[in-house]
Amino acid sequence: MAVLEPAVGHLLRRAGFGASEQEAGVWNELGVRAAIDKLVDYELTPNPVDTGIGGTARLGITSNGPFNPNDEIVDARQRWLFRMVYTARPLQEKMALFWHDHFATGYGKLTGQLGGEGATRALAQVPAEYIDRRQREGVGQVPRGQLELFRDLALGNYRDLLLAVAQDVAMVAWLDGDTNIRYFPQENFARELMELFSVGVDHFTEEDVYAGARVFTGWNLKRHDFARGNDQRSDFYWSPDRHDDGPKTFSFPIYRDGRRTIPARSAMDGFQDGIDLIEALAGHPETGAFLCRKLYAFFVNDTGPIDERVVQRLARTYYATGFNMREVVRELFQSREFQDPVNYWARYSWPVEYVVRIFKEVGCAGFSANQALSPLANMGQTLFEPPDVAGWSTGASWMSTATMLARMNFASALSENQRFALRTAALDHGLSSEAVLDYFLGRMTVPPLDVDSRQELLNYLNANEAYVGTRIQAWFKGAGLAHLIAASPEYQFV
Amino acid sequence: MQQRTRREFVRDGLSAVAMGWAAPGFLSELARAQTGHSRNLVVLYLGGGNDALSFLVPYTDPAYYERRPKLAIPADQIIDIGADSTGHPLGLHPELTGLKTIFDDGALALLQRTGYPDSSRSHFRGTDVFSTADPDRPQGRGWLGHYLDTLPGPVDPLTAWNTQQQLPRSFLANRVGVPSIPNLSTYAFSSPNSAFSLEEAEYSRMSAKRIVAHGATSARNTHVAFVNSTVQAAFDTLDRVGVVAAHVPTAEYPQTALGGALSAVGSAVASGAGTKLYWVQTGGYDTHARQDTLTGNYARLMRTLNGAVSAFYTDLKNQRLLEQTVVLVFSEFGRRVSENGSAGTDHGSGGLMFAFGGRVRGGIYGRAASLEQRSDNPDLEYGGRDVRFETDFRAVYARIIDHWLGADSSQILGADFRQAGVEFI
Repeated sequence: MAVLEPAVGHLLRRAGFGASEQEAGVWNELGVRAAIDKLVDYELTPNPVDTGIGGTARLGITSNGPFNPNDEIVDARQRWLFRMVYTARPLQEKMALFWHDHFATGYGKLTGQLGGEGATRALAQVPAEYIDRRQREGVGQVPRGQLELFRDLALGNYRDLLLAVAQDVAMVAWLDGDTNIRYFPQENFARELMELFSVGVDHFTEEDVYAGARVFTGWNLKRHDFARGNDQRSDFYWSPDRHDDGPKTFSFPIYRDGRRTIPARSAMDGFQDGIDLIEALAGHPETGAFLCRKLYAFFVNDTGPIDERVVQRLARTYYATGFNMREVVRELFQSREFQDPVNYWARYSWPVEYVVRIFKEVGCAGFSANQALSPLANMGQTLFEPPDVAGWSTGASWMSTATMLARMNFASALSENQRFALRTAALDHGLSSEAVLDYFLGRMTVPPLDVDSRQELLNYLNANEAYVGTRIQAWFKGAGLAHLIAASPEYQFV
Repeated sequence: MQQRTRREFVRDGLSAVAMGWAAPGFLSELARAQTGHSRNLVVLYLGGGNDALSFLVPYTDPAYYERRPKLAIPADQIIDIGADSTGHPLGLHPELTGLKTIFDDGALALLQRTGYPDSSRSHFRGTDVFSTADPDRPQGRGWLGHYLDTLPGPVDPLTAWNTQQQLPRSFLANRVGVPSIPNLSTYAFSSPNSAFSLEEAEYSRMSAKRIVAHGATSARNTHVAFVNSTVQAAFDTLDRVGVVAAHVPTAEYPQTALGGALSAVGSAVASGAGTKLYWVQTGGYDTHARQDTLTGNYARLMRTLNGAVSAFYTDLKNQRLLEQTVVLVFSEFGRRVSENGSAGTDHGSGGLMFAFGGRVRGGIYGRAASLEQRSDNPDLEYGGRDVRFETDFRAVYARIIDHWLGADSSQILGADFRQAGVEFI
């Protein structure tokens, strides 16, 4: 079994969720350059990951009744965790997580408007799994959940992503777009579109928000209430008669020639207003840098200041390629700065990243994803439930006494669950404390430890008697060592 | 290597303070020094919008019975507690026998018609408003988080204590971490070997402690050192929470989640944990349908509340700890005056806050609203549907901040909300 090369490991922890022992060899073989291309051009890799759910010797799922990830939020969370562990397209799944934080939409509020199942569908529904529904409900198309939108457009065109998000049922409900109608413009979406999704807080005015609200009047939802109680569904619904068809003027250019006013149009043609505004915001001179700063913090470094030169270079690519996220991200990974060892381990792991990495590095066969949900909440991150539309507070903000206890105790629970396999691994890899420690440190890709920490771990292995690799010693120390490493402060960084 | 005492990490405007390395005993001393009289504030949030009119009942107002034919409580079932300053007779819900005892002790202050202008009838927004004390921009840190940020560092890790799993926005601070301790017995360091060998579990624990003790002072970079310090602080809080968990309450708490949470708070106060702020919450108050004030849903809510609060009061009173504790209770809004078509009430506006404690000046504050549905009734708003607030909730907060926490309410709340009529502490 191979140990990840440092540069490859760094790439996989950032562009994905790390690698298991079994996967390490494959990535090492590719080397960094080819690995980047494989990660970025992920469409070339088939990924039937969902079909693996329920398979033996895999991360398990526990559900209340039949597994129903399209209607039950707890099942949807488990499905997403499963995907992150077993995906053949790590960067696609990682970008979906990035977009989920960027366009933060929360399940709790949505249940009030769409019901529990409706909210889950809006967030996580996989349309292809709804053959029955299509037949039963007699509808042509089942909308894809917001997460599927993020997976589809993970490295797509940012303008297209903004446009798709503006018509996403979850987003429209979340930001009250369904009440945004002519004469009563609702500002929530227009404000967040500018403040959080494109130009950032200092680069638009209140008048821009009001004008933006008018642009999106009529971008509503249509609710279908079916006879069977809770089986409610909403779809995006463009209502020309609820659209404010007057002209809208902004403080920044909308069109290439510098014009700042979206002209009055007939109501039927009014949808174009939104397309024009989104095109303008995607191309606004602040948007590239705004987005690339977030990408920098997410992929390169969130423990130090953002390198503005890198951000500006990436922003230039963003505009030059017409907002092509694939090329921006490819350039980011290929950059000298990303690959500089000074940026290894320079990012606090998100709770979800921590959990998925341990699953891959310690193992999770027979462990249920459901058992990770409560610990994840205690660590401060529940999938599909960001604290508000600004997303999670990341970096050092993940760290508190309670969240560190949650991480450490989760590592303990998983190690305890995996102790048979860990005993076998210990027995196979060392008849001395040094040998078994080196094996575990390699498998769990920890940054080089200082002398004192390393000595403490050796002391742990030799605690009541010298470690010589007996079965009983491996029984205790295999699980115990995996726990201590995963609970260590160094391991909280990726 | 230089001993690190404090570091601040700024990240997008948020920062977190690293605790310097110190022995647990020292930290408790530090806590006591910081807390002075070791006063504490317990904030109890009733989630969903508590129906003030069913809690503190204007049982002689004919409109109360006209507008709530199913939900009104008969006058002979009310627990009479006298009248407010305008002579309105008022009574408590029949289940609130324990609160009546506290009222008779002169330790319960009922603050009528609290709220704010343009009250939000959204749970999320309403709760955020009460949490941040900022109706215009209810985001970011909470009012008590702001207070925590003003404390001189290094701030003891148990200065604030959250009994719920998720940190409430009210306690969200920029620089101070607040432990969430939903369960005293599981707030502990787990080892994978605990079930097999206590000795092995102890080896794990000692190793983990030693590793972070090294790392807090010698880690290769400040961020790793910060995480080491955080874990050290966690270990320290574990020991102290362990002491709290071993404490036996002097009263019998009901076996409800609320009872358990207040029992933990009582034990923490009695154990001298040094905590200044506690957060407790209980839900189910969003009684849109089948409110059943007298025998059903709402009555159960009152029973749960009364049971837990009475036990807490008794527990502290037995140990002569009432003088140092104030409990402040609030909800995100009150409810509509008229009942709706589902025998419930919809989201309203002005609500009830109350406080109790040894130093609280008990009584009924504010003026009860006349519930008559007249367009010129100044006590109501929104076409006579809702009770109009009379006292800004921030005046209540200001009073607590100035007179109990000993801080400057203008600084914490961003403006001067002091006013007459809320001298309950």
